[in-house]
Amino acid sequence: MATATREIVPDPTFHLVEGDDHDHETGGGTVLGFWIYLMSDALLFASIFATFGVLSTAYAGGPTPREIFELPLVALNTAILLVSSITFGFAMLAMEPGKVRQTQLWLGITAFLGACFVGVELYEFAALIHEGATPQRSGFLSGFFTLVATHGLHVTVGIIWILVMLVQLGQRGLHVENKRRLLCLGMFWHFLDVIWIGVFTFVYLLGMLR
Amino acid sequence: MSEQSSIAKTIFGRLSWESFPFHEPILLVTFAVVVLGGLAVVGLVTKYKLWGYLWREWLTSVDHKKIGIMYLILGIIMLLRGFADALMMRAQQAVAFGDAQGYLPAHHYDQIFTAHGTIMIFFVAIPLVSGIINFVMPLQIGARDVAFPFLNSLSLWLTVSGAVLVMISLFVGEFSTAGWLNYVPVANAENSPGVGPDYYLWALQIAGVGTTLSAINMVTTIIKMRAPGMTMMKMPVFCWTALCSQVLAIAIFPALTGAFAMLMLDRYAGFNFFTNDLGGNPMMYWNLVWLWGHPEVYVLVLPVFGIYSEITSTFTGKRLFGYSSMVYATVVITILSYLVWLHHFFTMGSGASVNSFFGIATMVISIPTGAKIFNWLFTMYRGSIRFELPMMWVVAFMITFVVGGMTGVMLAIPPADFVLHNSLFLVAHFHNVIIGGVVFGLFAGMVYWFPKAFGFKLDPWWGKVGFWGWVIGYWVAWTPIYIVGLMGTTRRVRHFDDPSLQIWFVIAAIGAVIIAVGIAGFVMSIVMGFLNREKLRDTSGDPWEGRTLEWSTTSPPPAYNFAFTPRVHDLDAWYDMKARGYQKPTGGYRPIHMPRNTGAGVILSSLATVLGFAMIWYIWWLAAVAFVGLAVVAIGHTFNYNRDYYIPVDEVEKAEANHVPAPAGA
Repeated sequence: MATATREIVPDPTFHLVEGDDHDHETGGGTVLGFWIYLMSDALLFASIFATFGVLSTAYAGGPTPREIFELPLVALNTAILLVSSITFGFAMLAMEPGKVRQTQLWLGITAFLGACFVGVELYEFAALIHEGATPQRSGFLSGFFTLVATHGLHVTVGIIWILVMLVQLGQRGLHVENKRRLLCLGMFWHFLDVIWIGVFTFVYLLGMLR
Repeated sequence: MSEQSSIAKTIFGRLSWESFPFHEPILLVTFAVVVLGGLAVVGLVTKYKLWGYLWREWLTSVDHKKIGIMYLILGIIMLLRGFADALMMRAQQAVAFGDAQGYLPAHHYDQIFTAHGTIMIFFVAIPLVSGIINFVMPLQIGARDVAFPFLNSLSLWLTVSGAVLVMISLFVGEFSTAGWLNYVPVANAENSPGVGPDYYLWALQIAGVGTTLSAINMVTTIIKMRAPGMTMMKMPVFCWTALCSQVLAIAIFPALTGAFAMLMLDRYAGFNFFTNDLGGNPMMYWNLVWLWGHPEVYVLVLPVFGIYSEITSTFTGKRLFGYSSMVYATVVITILSYLVWLHHFFTMGSGASVNSFFGIATMVISIPTGAKIFNWLFTMYRGSIRFELPMMWVVAFMITFVVGGMTGVMLAIPPADFVLHNSLFLVAHFHNVIIGGVVFGLFAGMVYWFPKAFGFKLDPWWGKVGFWGWVIGYWVAWTPIYIVGLMGTTRRVRHFDDPSLQIWFVIAAIGAVIIAVGIAGFVMSIVMGFLNREKLRDTSGDPWEGRTLEWSTTSPPPAYNFAFTPRVHDLDAWYDMKARGYQKPTGGYRPIHMPRNTGAGVILSSLATVLGFAMIWYIWWLAAVAFVGLAVVAIGHTFNYNRDYYIPVDEVEKAEANHVPAPAGA
């Protein structure tokens, strides 16, 4: 072999010999990448928020926020979503010491609360459409339905993700990769809380003041 | 009869025999040529039994180098399509004066200028820039792949999916007639009830997801995977510009996605975002698309500035002048580019204060850009310049781009813009900066890194034909357009009444033909380079006396890029290694950890194409099937935990022995 006959001692400072996994440090990379994705998602919401802002008084002779919003219902829904963030936090606490069952249980509760949130939202939409406050009625309603439903769609995706994770936890337990996925899922779920605070404040509360 | 047609409607949506352009001879002939060409390619691939090879080595590959090359192939193919559109427009405008109506009906002409702009930005410039970043950046930072290799493959194929939808629109139905940003109110449901805007929206939404994912991937790679010792301020300028460009892409694409999604809701579900009645606001669409559109110019041009920097430094044999000022200029441009979008519609009537703010912000961008030009000039100053092809492109760029920059500052003055808005002067300006800036730089980059990718240089004689064709062609084609634009001729016009203008359009058409020679020269330089590859072979891995890490490995690099992860001590890391007599080790290899290929990207993108097509034609059942398929494949992919493997030592040894580069400094 060529290497045996001509032994070159390389200058060790120009390349790494030890620790060959430098370039696949994926754990931190995934979390960073997912965080960047969340920021781009936040900007997607920002573009819809901005459009809603422009159209928020474009009633076109149709219903105004004060006439159609039911604040108590929305407050209840807000509470459900915030509690679901707490239960997700409990799932993460159970994940740390490696309690698979308990993690799954809290995730299940979180998904259930998420489903309640989406259910209440759909009920609200159905009631509005029944009253004639359809998204086609005015620019304001187009913006309202789109903004709220985009958030609801995200929650739905989050629920599906939780269900998939429940299966994967059952199959592989708290595998390194599963832990990383739960970390990303957690960021996603809490991010949706933050967005909802924006929706609740700018769409519902400000709408009632107008 | 009516029952039959309702069944047909359920199965085919609004797709019918009338959707195919049998009455348009131009399209029919093009269609025939494309079909025959396609059949020939399929036949050849089958005859030489290449399907398995293509699937295993390319379609399912997660290797950033192959993905980069495929992006470039996509960009070059789409360049030919987009340029064919340009030639058709130039021919129409050169003849359609007075009684002569030219050969293109208005509806067809409108589709052509829309398709030309859409294709050139979304399916030529973006893929070419993505391709070069994909290929070069991981090599320059001393990494073995990108942060998310599967996502990279998915991004590529989603972009291809968008391109396929645009190409289908040529032969099935029609394309949008509402300009390259699909402006409302023209693109609203009531004004464009056909499939044109829907083709546009679905193609760009699908490709846009790919571009966003790719940008996230590149940013994470640059932040997390630099070789040890490569601090941010020791990172090659190209990587800095790629970082800024991709951060910018992440910041702007959501606005485009949002605007398109809302326009889709308007068109499909009767919402009132951008309609003229019931409270809709068309100018909101303009704001959102230009909030994307202006920074997008910088998403494209920043990496290209990086390419010019690398080439200037290499071919002058000097360290780049003012490296840190170059970095800061890039960052400043990134931030400012987000604050200028309104200059695209000063005429909206937002008032003097708003227009002044955006006018001044726009002019301020010329300061960091000017700093860059001076940095390149000072790098060249007292350097030993080698005028090889990449360096020729740099010089042509500096001369051409500065003119485009100055007309841009003219347009940034709101009162002047009220006169020049939507004129051909504007069209000449942005072609000046996009051809003179982005396109020249992409050619420079392709010529420069081609030997790294394929192991041989492009044919220099044909490369020069391409160069002179483009540079002379650009000036002949666009100077007359500046002139007629300054005289007040508006854009997107199919027929002119004033015969005194005709001479300018004839000159412009001649210029377009010269550019065609340039494109042919580029294609020939690839063909002749391939035929003479033994003569043009790069055995050293460092054909241009490069200074950065990509030149420290072989040409083409092995799948794992570097047998040993490099350790960096200097900005010009490879120059530093050569200067200090570094010898590449020839033994002591270890198994290398690499990502495994996967077909998930191609399959998901194919389903996305079907979903888009079905939605465009209202084939609801097919859309539902494709959507469920997408969800199932995407979720199914997450159950695949077996995503990496080790290249064993003996394979590394074999690969390294096959490509022993000449010792450093030889």
